[in-house]
Amino acid sequence: MDSATAAEFEPVIGLEVHVELKTKSKIFCPCPTKFGAEPNTQVCPVCLGLPGVLPVLNEGAVELAVMAALALNCDIRPSSRFHRKNYFYPDLPKAYQISQYDHPLATGGWIEVGAGASRKRIGIKRLHLEEDAGKLMHEGSIETAARSLVDFNRCGVPLIEIVSEPDISSPEEAKEYLQVLKSILQYAGVSDCRMQEGSLRVDANVSVRPTGSAAFGTRTELKNIGSFRSVVRGLQYEIRRQIEVIRAGGEVLQETRHWDEQREVTVALRGKEEAHDYRYFPEPDLVPLHLDREWVESVRLKLPELPEARKRRFVSDYGLPEYDAGVLTASPSLAEFYERCVGLYGRGEGRPKTVSNWVMGELTRFLNANNIEIEEARVTPSHVVELLRLIEGGSISGKIAKAIFDRMCETGEMPSQIVRREGLGQISDESEIAAVVARVIEENPKVVGDYKSGKAQALGYLVGQVMKATGGRASPGLVNRVLRERLG
Amino acid sequence: MARLHEMTALEIAASIGAREVSVEEVALYFLERIGRLDGSLRSFIRTVPERAVAAAVALDRRLAGEVSARRAGGLFGVPFAVKDNICTRGIPTTCASRILESFVPPYDATVVRRMYEAGLVLLGKTNMDEFAMGSSCENSAFFETRNPWNLETVPGGSSGGSAAAVAAGLVPFALGSDTGGSVRQPAALCGIVGLKPTYGAVSRYGLVAFASSLDQIGPLTRDVADCAAVMNVIAGHDEMDSTSAPLPSRDYSARLGADIRGIRVGVPREYMGEGAEPGVRSCVRDALGVLEDLGAVVEECALPHTEYALSAYYLIAPAEASSNLARYDGVRYGLREDAAEVHQMYERTRRRGFGPEVKRRIMLGTYALSSGYYDAYYLKALKVRTLVKRDFDIAFEKYDVLVGPTSPTVAFPIGSKTGDPVKMYLSDVFSVPVNLAGVPAISVPCGLHDGLPVGLQMIGRPFEEDFLLMVAHAYEQAAGTSRLRPRMVSEG
Ligand SMILES: [Zn+2]
Repeated sequence: MDSATAAEFEPVIGLEVHVELKTKSKIFCPCPTKFGAEPNTQVCPVCLGLPGVLPVLNEGAVELAVMAALALNCDIRPSSRFHRKNYFYPDLPKAYQISQYDHPLATGGWIEVGAGASRKRIGIKRLHLEEDAGKLMHEGSIETAARSLVDFNRCGVPLIEIVSEPDISSPEEAKEYLQVLKSILQYAGVSDCRMQEGSLRVDANVSVRPTGSAAFGTRTELKNIGSFRSVVRGLQYEIRRQIEVIRAGGEVLQETRHWDEQREVTVALRGKEEAHDYRYFPEPDLVPLHLDREWVESVRLKLPELPEARKRRFVSDYGLPEYDAGVLTASPSLAEFYERCVGLYGRGEGRPKTVSNWVMGELTRFLNANNIEIEEARVTPSHVVELLRLIEGGSISGKIAKAIFDRMCETGEMPSQIVRREGLGQISDESEIAAVVARVIEENPKVVGDYKSGKAQALGYLVGQVMKATGGRASPGLVNRVLRERLG
Repeated sequence: MARLHEMTALEIAASIGAREVSVEEVALYFLERIGRLDGSLRSFIRTVPERAVAAAVALDRRLAGEVSARRAGGLFGVPFAVKDNICTRGIPTTCASRILESFVPPYDATVVRRMYEAGLVLLGKTNMDEFAMGSSCENSAFFETRNPWNLETVPGGSSGGSAAAVAAGLVPFALGSDTGGSVRQPAALCGIVGLKPTYGAVSRYGLVAFASSLDQIGPLTRDVADCAAVMNVIAGHDEMDSTSAPLPSRDYSARLGADIRGIRVGVPREYMGEGAEPGVRSCVRDALGVLEDLGAVVEECALPHTEYALSAYYLIAPAEASSNLARYDGVRYGLREDAAEVHQMYERTRRRGFGPEVKRRIMLGTYALSSGYYDAYYLKALKVRTLVKRDFDIAFEKYDVLVGPTSPTVAFPIGSKTGDPVKMYLSDVFSVPVNLAGVPAISVPCGLHDGLPVGLQMIGRPFEEDFLLMVAHAYEQAAGTSRLRPRMVSEG
């Protein structure tokens, strides 16, 4: 696609995000919600939909949903209700999902994306509560499986669905919207938002229209998006496909399309799955949900500091550049980690920035390389601060510190222990260094001669030789001084 | 001492309390009677003799340990039966359907748990129209139940098994469920007392749902005092049912025996027209005379939306049923017809598992909820429901209780209406408005027509069952109609 074509059309994107709430128990029964338990061990007659059972709404789920809605600047509706969404599927034991339909919990919210002049608001149309379904497991591939099994552990886990307005105008912006959304929800403490565990799921509605046009084109719904990366890739593909259809004189069909991660294409679903009439009607087993203003305000008071506010505080309190503050506050756990480091290390003499360099640099690199979250790593703020103190006190060089950083993170061993055990401490004993210096002078008569004849840079080479001989442990200042003395 | 099967539940409990008879003897007596007589009546789908005797023996042991024979709860040791759509742990609960023939619940319905806790003995599960859809018990997938007054007629439905068993003296009382008259109409046709409590008065937890916004569990008993005693056991708030009313528990027997002089009785003219057969109307008029003799002020009143209620009911109830019954898909329990592909498995399982009336209502309900038809059918039915409810609100501003026939006819011959669903649906014409409005109503016997019982329906204000029971009790005592018994009982 050439750039002229790209400018001719503009995409219109809206996202539907499902997020699992971090309640201890399910939305309509007391079963636990722990991820990764043995199949069908977290079930009861209610979430299995046995004949005669009735749902009882978990107040904790309502509170977390309200908290999420408040964090996303939504209006909480004083009265909402549940509906039944009817469809047959083996992972749905009642053959209907209890969800909210025309009276959602909250409406009219927004979040902000972009920086500087391109900062903009993405509207949130609605946020509602619903229950999750179970999970189908096929023996082998879905086409060849002799039978399929169902795990109902996830069935009845509380979800919120967050529907954005079609305010998103590029795949990259969609990704950013998701990152900000995830960050806010993590801060609010309502969800872990782990896409790989399915606690955050994304469907995208996308259409294209002639640039500048006010009318919307026909949209397709993109499903099976497994990562933030595939949000971008999938949308890019779909936008390109729609533009090509239109340019070829065709018409975009309103349909649901699956993102095929392997082939990197979107594929239309056809047949039965497509022709759904969910026959929504009010759930007679639950009474309407009335939330009084006072209670909502009491939830608002419990709302922790959100990423935007924390970012501003990092800039003003720690004197960090906006970039650092943004990176450090993207996840509440990383921000928490950073603050605890600064708390231990102190705020004077550019220390917050030093901590930031290490957390943003080495620590983030380690976490990314191992694909883990900070809370899963063995490293604690004490580790990082002890390491910084070792550098500051001259016991180790920055280079050594970087060298032992991963080991410290992997094993949880304190840096001072690693240094002692492996003899990595800086050599500050003058006689020890003098001996090495003498040997280097003896082994490099030519370079020594160069230095004596006025080539100042020859000293650098000799310092390097001493450092090499000491495995980098010699104190560079000391080496310099001793060398100069010996070379007269 | 009278024979046990002619005694009321309270009389049996008193006799057990006085140690005149043991709990085990009572249980064995009724089990013997069921064994001897139910072959022709067919009111039970299943009895649980071993369990019943074991439970009775344990209760006798508890009773022996008591210094005083007086028991709290009032019905200690009394046997009972439960309609087969109320879940009983370890005992199959079939809803008289092939699709649930093999279903054994791992839990007890709240009402069953409360019965056990009050020291009552379950004898078995009674027959019904499949999934409570019917007015004659002929829609059971297993067999028809017969009316003890005349074995060629139906016992009514859908709680026909419970009604027939109580009327025939096979059990002192039973529980049924009432979605559109399913307790009151069979109680009327079998000549016993049946109460549909206010929606929310009795927990629905464990009642296999037919139409969730209408279903209520209610007692079928020999007389009004027993009915109140059973309510004392089963009613009250249940945390497992969000629609159960969070009200303090009350004594439903407290007002029995009180004077009803001066109470205002409204007689809806819509209930006394051509819709009811003359013999039924004449029994009801006699009953109104008895109430007047007791000092009640009887006046004609209006429930103007009655004629629309039945249509609204036959949209709302099937709509909810189409969703409630969707879970019977063969995946987890009950019948499964294997197939290569899952949709085919659903289709085969449900085709074989459901009877024609259930299929009819699932289709009706699915249609009513479908996009494009929702507003015209389901939504309009909800609006009618609001109007029906308002009719009652207005009537209760002026009257304390509304009285009319429970059923337009007495028990009809088996097979006489099965070919014409609409004719069958008309059996519920006086009972469904009560479910739509959520108010309580009781049916008490008010005489015989052609040798078959006629039921008098009394409708009360929401959550004022104690008042309703008081009026019903006063009538019953004055009229003596609850002493009418079929030959099956008097002959022993
Ligand atoms: Zn559960």
